Amino acid sequence: MRHNLSEKIVIYGILLLWTFICLFPIYWTATTSFKTAASVTQGLLIPWIDFEPSWKGWRNLGFSPDTIFVESNPREEFLARFFNTAFISASASALAVILGSFAAYGLSRFNYKFGFMRNPDISFFFLSQLILPPVVLALPVLVLYRELDLLDTHIGMILIYTLTVLPIVIWIMRDQFNAVPIELEEAALVDGASVWMSFFKIVLPIVLPGIASAFILCLILCWNEYFLAALITSTDAKTMPVMVASQISSQSIKWWNMAAISAALCLPLIIVAIFLERYIVKGMAAGAIKG
Amino acid sequence: MSEVKYIERDPLYVVAPSTVSESTKRAGKIIVWSSFLLMVVIAIIQTLYSNDRISFGFSNWRPVLYAYILWAVAIGYSRVLIYGERGKRNLFVFPAVMFIISIVIFPMLFGLYISFTDWNLSSVDGRKFNGLDNFYQMISDPYYWNALKNMIYYVLAVLVEFSIAFLLAILLNSQIRGRKFFRIAFLIPLMLSPVAVSWMVGKSMLEQRFGPVASFARWLGWDTPTFFSNPVIAKMTMMCMDAWTFIPLMIIMLLAGLQALPKEVLEAAKVDGANKWTMFKNIIFPIMLPVSLTTLVIRIIFKLKLADIIIIVTAGGPGGATDSVTSFIVREYRDRSNVGYGTLLSFVYLIFIIILMTILIRFVNRWLQRAS
Repeated sequence: MRHNLSEKIVIYGILLLWTFICLFPIYWTATTSFKTAASVTQGLLIPWIDFEPSWKGWRNLGFSPDTIFVESNPREEFLARFFNTAFISASASALAVILGSFAAYGLSRFNYKFGFMRNPDISFFFLSQLILPPVVLALPVLVLYRELDLLDTHIGMILIYTLTVLPIVIWIMRDQFNAVPIELEEAALVDGASVWMSFFKIVLPIVLPGIASAFILCLILCWNEYFLAALITSTDAKTMPVMVASQISSQSIKWWNMAAISAALCLPLIIVAIFLERYIVKGMAAGAIKG
Repeated sequence: MSEVKYIERDPLYVVAPSTVSESTKRAGKIIVWSSFLLMVVIAIIQTLYSNDRISFGFSNWRPVLYAYILWAVAIGYSRVLIYGERGKRNLFVFPAVMFIISIVIFPMLFGLYISFTDWNLSSVDGRKFNGLDNFYQMISDPYYWNALKNMIYYVLAVLVEFSIAFLLAILLNSQIRGRKFFRIAFLIPLMLSPVAVSWMVGKSMLEQRFGPVASFARWLGWDTPTFFSNPVIAKMTMMCMDAWTFIPLMIIMLLAGLQALPKEVLEAAKVDGANKWTMFKNIIFPIMLPVSLTTLVIRIIFKLKLADIIIIVTAGGPGGATDSVTSFIVREYRDRSNVGYGTLLSFVYLIFIIILMTILIRFVNRWLQRAS
């Protein structure tokens, strides 16, 4: 559709306004992490013009140029939480992608009958997990984990996170497998491959981009998850969101510190968004089109 | 070929010899039952030990978990042994089903039990069955009903979010430069952790004295911009913050739908001289209906889980005006360690959700059928 000039102004105006709304909080956080107390209270906005940037927030975290090679407890703490988060979300996403891909492939290729449940029922059973609010599971799982000695362990977190993202993987991967022509596998089967071999050798390479988007989507959800982590973890397996949240609610909030720590929490995923946007969009769009 | 007995043929039909010898079948059954027996024995020992009936046992229930995993693996393996080729096919779905049953169904049954108990984690008495007491307490708990009422407002806010997202998706889909830049910029709020958003937006930008939004509001002429002291404004603020993070999701889903619109129809309409509004009303919107409804349903599902930002920014205040059900239950648990009552509340919430979603999906399906 062609647009005339006034339409163009309106369109770009709205788009730029929304871009501003989306990006300003990030800009604000990033600049605040370089502010001192005086520039915070004056609400100054533009570095170097309004205020002189300082490393104060990042120094307390042990990430400023003069402290980066010095031993620093906050940095150790931060890195420990960072690796916890990375390890837990990567493992949970990987596990969910493996379990979910198998299930989605099975559902798209074979007719099952488990008791009264046939394929549509099984699919519904998987997808219905999506509407389960975490709070319903939280307290029973908490008590159960206490008995099983799984509280505050990585494996306990991985299991519960896998559960929360598994339906999403199945949702995305079912479409991916349905789009792969069955003839390819049939040819392989005629040549004597087993079902599992044809799955790994033929189907899997084709759907690899879909698996990547499912994985990234899971990673994002797990990385940001706060609610369950706050209940289940206390020290060993504590993740970054829990750490940040506890800092927020502590009495004296130092803005530059909080800004630095929030920025550090968001930065990995902003980078992911910029470079892997295609996969993220593909994953989220998968469910929409089919309707 | 005598495959008449397969009334529904698998989409991927495997012609494979499925003769399994009797001894293999028997081996499969033995594996399942022996591992099951092992689990039962360990569980009995542990039960007796934790009731102080016997003096030996394990320090926690983990061995039972290991035995359970072993049993699950044995079932999977025995499928192949007993059913041959068909068992291998079952193995695709089996792990996921087993996983969900283990982590959802068991805790849910357990939760159903504790929701009828008076169980305070901080008290030494442990749990006591107290029948419907929790239920009566719930009925006369004004804060719970208040939280449910808030959820209705929060869910209704989805319609506003949807209109904004639809507008932005249409604009993104029009012929513009730098679409990739806009797409990434619009996506970014979704990437941010709710915890970070709570601080970045809720605690710092909305800060009354020197937050930029407060300054802006003062510049607009609002003398004392406070975002969390008036109940109505506090609720609106929470809605806006939640909308800010989730509008990107809706934009992406709607954009995917818009990009899949049949080009010919749009061209034909333009040739017929339809203006933009009639085109939107008569063509784009009806064709987009399925995608729109899917988007709405998914957004509502996420909305019903709303908790993180409320817990961190307002903790439900002022006076429960911003409480969501989840944040209320969390407070019940954190402040009073009241596991039994909290669990009952969450189960009642789940029942409400199931009813709501069933009505919604049925309504959506009927609407789609009528539209097509």
